[in-house]
Amino acid sequence: MMAAIILVCSVVFLLQFFVSYCRSLIAASIKHPLSAEVQDVTGITNSATGEDFARVVQLLQLCPDRPEDRSGIQAIGAYFGLLGFVRSSIAKLVPSLLKWTETERGQCTYFAAVALERRIAFSRDMFAQQLEN
Amino acid sequence: MPGPLVSVLWFVGVFCEAGVVVCALKKRAFRRYLLLNLYMAATVVVELVRYKILSEYGNPSPQFSYFYFYSDAILTIFLYLALATLYVHVFSEMNAERYVKMGALLLLAGTALFSYGVVQQSAAKFVTHFVIELSQNLYFVGLVLTYVLWGAILKLRETRTRLIQLVLSLGVYFSLLAANYAVRNLYPSLSSVFIPLVQLCGIFLPMAWAYAFWRLPEEARLVPARLAVIPR
Repeated sequence: MMAAIILVCSVVFLLQFFVSYCRSLIAASIKHPLSAEVQDVTGITNSATGEDFARVVQLLQLCPDRPEDRSGIQAIGAYFGLLGFVRSSIAKLVPSLLKWTETERGQCTYFAAVALERRIAFSRDMFAQQLEN
Repeated sequence: MPGPLVSVLWFVGVFCEAGVVVCALKKRAFRRYLLLNLYMAATVVVELVRYKILSEYGNPSPQFSYFYFYSDAILTIFLYLALATLYVHVFSEMNAERYVKMGALLLLAGTALFSYGVVQQSAAKFVTHFVIELSQNLYFVGLVLTYVLWGAILKLRETRTRLIQLVLSLGVYFSLLAANYAVRNLYPSLSSVFIPLVQLCGIFLPMAWAYAFWRLPEEARLVPARLAVIPR
């Protein structure tokens, strides 16, 4: 009985912490303006949508990996999956959730685009260093 | 010798834990979050010794089991104290450091007493049972305390992004471990599946902390009310 209560509490807390953690990652990157180059590559000009997420992540995977970004990208990927699940299940019963999940999914895409911009800058720095050597 | 998957997970875990200390040193946050960093440094040492014992004696072996559970209890107490220092950071403007430390010690003593009450019936291996019980209970107490701290952050409108991310990632870590222990207690037959998951959960915390130290400057700010699942 005690273990069951702990399990239920843990899962509820986990969901709350996880969603808040992902939103804090997004909030830290949302102020970062995208360069014209990344806007061109990703097609994100004014606001990002959830539909672009898979494409931006594919572009991310083409760039050299940066270990310090990995945990954030993986967490946002999992959050995007969770939002997709909410969108296709609970949001059908609660229509107000649909708009919220769409906004959140768009912000996930923006986070991925910012990560892409950082990876491009990182690759460029590495290339410049190689040329210097 | 441990299998290739266990070895890879171990290596990644130790690499990330050492990474936290390196990131904190590079970003000059080591002293500010001293106990968090000392906890990570202690984890690196413990993981290396565990690997050595596992390689020499194998698993299952009494040597590995004893060292695993005793070191886990010490690390959990360390992490609990690190959590108390996060409380000190959040309540720093109220000069509540003394009360937080006293409260944390009282709660630790209370948890130890509760654990003693639970295991006092077991005559054989009493100390080992007590240590395991204490670890499990401290994970849950840590989870509840982290939740209370998150509530305080929202209430006090704490805006330091790095501090917020440290607390939230700690909350995710404690929830994962508490859920893992609960599932293992409910379904002991699934232990073989859920024990390796502890190692996987263990990688999340150092990765998130390394990210917070490396990516976020101490001056970074955000509006915490925006992060709440239920809008305030």
